[in-house]
Amino acid sequence: MLLTLDHLTVRLPGTARPVLDDVTLRVAAGEVVGLVGESGSGKSTTAKAALGLLPGTATASGTVRVDDADVLALTGEELRRHRARTVAMIHQDPRAALNPVRRIGDFLRERGADRDRAAQLLGAVGLSDPERRLRQRPHELSGGMLQRVVIAGALAARPRLLLADEATSALDVTTQAEILALLRTLRAEQGAGLLFITHDLHLAAAYCDRVYVMYAGRIVEERTAQAFFAAPAHPYTRGLLDCSPTLGDTSRPLLPIPGRPPSLGDAFPGCPFASRCPDAEPACETWRPEAAELPDGGVAACRRAPAAVPTATERNLS
Amino acid sequence: MSTEPRNGPDALLVVDGLRKTYPLPGRGRLTAADDVSFSVAPGGSLGIVGESGSGKTTVARMLVGLVRPDAGTVTVDGRPRSPRPPRRRQARLARAREVQMVFQDPYISLDPRLTAAQCLRTTLRLHGRDEATAVRLLERVGLGEREADARPRQLSGGQRQRLAIARALAVQPRVLVLDEAVAALDVSIQAQILQLLDTIRRDTGVALVFVSHDLAVVQHVTDDVLVMHRGSVVEQGPTQRVLAEPAHDYTRLLLAAVPREGWDPEGAVPARA
Amino acid sequence: MTALTLAPVRVPDRRPVGVTVAAAVLLLVVLAALLAPWLAPYAPDAIDLSASLAGTSGDHLLGTDSSGQDLLSRVLHGARSSLVAPVLLLAVAALLGVTLGVLAAWRGGWTDALVSRLTDVMYAFPGLLFTVLIIAVFGTGTTTSVLALGLAYTPTVAKYTRSLALAESRKPYVDAYRIQGMGGARICALHLVPNLGRAVVGYLVVLFGEALMSLATLSYLGFGAQPPSSDWGLMVQEGQAAVVQGALLPALVPGTAIALVVVSFNVVGVWAADRLGRQA
Repeated sequence: MLLTLDHLTVRLPGTARPVLDDVTLRVAAGEVVGLVGESGSGKSTTAKAALGLLPGTATASGTVRVDDADVLALTGEELRRHRARTVAMIHQDPRAALNPVRRIGDFLRERGADRDRAAQLLGAVGLSDPERRLRQRPHELSGGMLQRVVIAGALAARPRLLLADEATSALDVTTQAEILALLRTLRAEQGAGLLFITHDLHLAAAYCDRVYVMYAGRIVEERTAQAFFAAPAHPYTRGLLDCSPTLGDTSRPLLPIPGRPPSLGDAFPGCPFASRCPDAEPACETWRPEAAELPDGGVAACRRAPAAVPTATERNLS
Repeated sequence: MSTEPRNGPDALLVVDGLRKTYPLPGRGRLTAADDVSFSVAPGGSLGIVGESGSGKTTVARMLVGLVRPDAGTVTVDGRPRSPRPPRRRQARLARAREVQMVFQDPYISLDPRLTAAQCLRTTLRLHGRDEATAVRLLERVGLGEREADARPRQLSGGQRQRLAIARALAVQPRVLVLDEAVAALDVSIQAQILQLLDTIRRDTGVALVFVSHDLAVVQHVTDDVLVMHRGSVVEQGPTQRVLAEPAHDYTRLLLAAVPREGWDPEGAVPARA
Repeated sequence: MTALTLAPVRVPDRRPVGVTVAAAVLLLVVLAALLAPWLAPYAPDAIDLSASLAGTSGDHLLGTDSSGQDLLSRVLHGARSSLVAPVLLLAVAALLGVTLGVLAAWRGGWTDALVSRLTDVMYAFPGLLFTVLIIAVFGTGTTTSVLALGLAYTPTVAKYTRSLALAESRKPYVDAYRIQGMGGARICALHLVPNLGRAVVGYLVVLFGEALMSLATLSYLGFGAQPPSSDWGLMVQEGQAAVVQGALLPALVPGTAIALVVVSFNVVGVWAADRLGRQA
């Protein structure tokens, strides 16, 4: 297994609940794994944990392994190598990763590409006239072009694991499609694993092999992309799907989930979703969520799962 | 494809031939929007979709009067809107009651110093309305007493956007322009706001102009749609028809790029010629 | 969708030791200024020629100047004018500078061009020279130098306010006021300026040390406070002659007072401006 998070719990001082609560997640080599959830669900912290980039004030229990390295135990040169070589992160805002006064070529060379390879990478990510791009500075390129540069930088190090944190969320849909096609080809060529963080359920389901759903720092469901859409097991996943506008499906009214996503100031004695859950029973308020195996191999952390899971036909009828 | 405004007797908002260009460094001008025409019935809902640089935001800003068009007219209820804010206070306020706007980023579209109640009272006072209406307006958008005394930074993104909607409603506008108003919100909150807008539209008869990059959202909340590309309207018509049987290549390209079950990003790429 | 998944975690702000020390110094100076009549062992202008240029002793803790005036008493009394004058000066500069800066940012076009060129010209002109020019016309004295320096500081404040106001006026909440039909003057006065308040005050705090220094310089040059005032700048100038006679205290005591206050104010000011800026 390429990336393994086992029962990872991360606490920050001054918060009522852990940022990550008993998170178990795996990414295999060559696999695209989606991580979906709303603000404050812990998606980005999960990616940062894989980078060994948790805030200094955080306390963590559980393990984070990339290949065989225990990421949370890495220090100094090993940690630096881990972040520079083994794992690469692509953020939503490419400008955050680029030094505005340095040339694109310098950015790629810092990541271990020589001039020829740098030009070759820029060509590979679909930028025209790579030689000229190498001499340009970030302000001369558009957001979509810069995201390509950042991806080229991420690939320059030939990382084993790519972390994409809302990497295409700020882009136009047509640009997003291009970047995604590109990431998929490059992943296939280099055999890297991809952890794809997004708020867009349709995107996650369309692009990923498996999908994890996070809520209040916990993994509430893990499914194959098909099962995720066809037979969501956790009421939160169902809620998300029911409130997401779907193109082409005009008959279905949007059903909002009542309330708001919990912040770090909200603590829960039981299931964190209970207060917003249409299927909640009084016992849910005190039930500590634990992952339950589903018949199809997926996992859901609902007290009523798998019993309460409606089949695909039931869902369509309701 | 029709670019003519359907100038029915029932049209509330009629936009005819709007055009805006900006000077480019050096020579020439950038055409941000060109020959944009449409109309919206009372209580109707129109979507303007497009990618960044399509000119959709420019059109929205021309509707509310933040950008002065080079050419074209905006008419509300048969009265043409003056292209620049009138000097006279009463005329300015009357113009404000025609069109109001909700902005994309609820983090910077509210005055950071004012509590929710103060924010609404400021607007009500300006328009000579009873300040006690503030409580009812807050209730209308689902905000309670606790939120009334909170400053924007103490509110969540969804609550801020509710407040921004209440502030627009405080003016009692005929038309409400929403510029990517749900784009920055979490999906569960986005659905709440869309539902709220729908209720408000049905209760007050306010017409909505919904500017968005999100085709799925536009499909859910609008009757008619305008597809913009590089400043021009490439296609317009009833939303269901345009999204189900797109006539223009660009509309097809946009639709192909929206992720869905069984979608392949490759499929959306070669289409881009 | 924002990528913000972590609520901002409040990291306890630790105040650096230097800031604490500087704040304590300022507190002491303010107290000294307030309590000067009770703390000072002598009247500031009590001349005792028999004690001329006395060193430190039980009678005169910090010694005396050439007229035998007690330096401790003078420096305590001098703290009053030395602290109040910069505040008045900055008030003048803030009133004019904020008005001009907001006007330039809001109106744009030729108003902005005019204000910007005016501030540029004032920038190019040495501030002290400008001040001396005004004093040459209107005569010496504390009031004139406060007003003159207030004018001299106006361009800095105007320039700073203009850039702030420009950024602030582009925020959608200002657009929202416009769309509501609110007039420009009302938006600026009631909503824009109050939102700049924090940042402008932070900037003025940083300017305070410099303003105090400039006033002291004017007094030192004989353009500002006039004898028998105990203004610190004037005291340094008066003490200068004594240095030749081997008595350092008459110049050193007020000089140290100036340095202490200016440095303390800068340390506290930069720290405070930093925090005000971050919260804004």
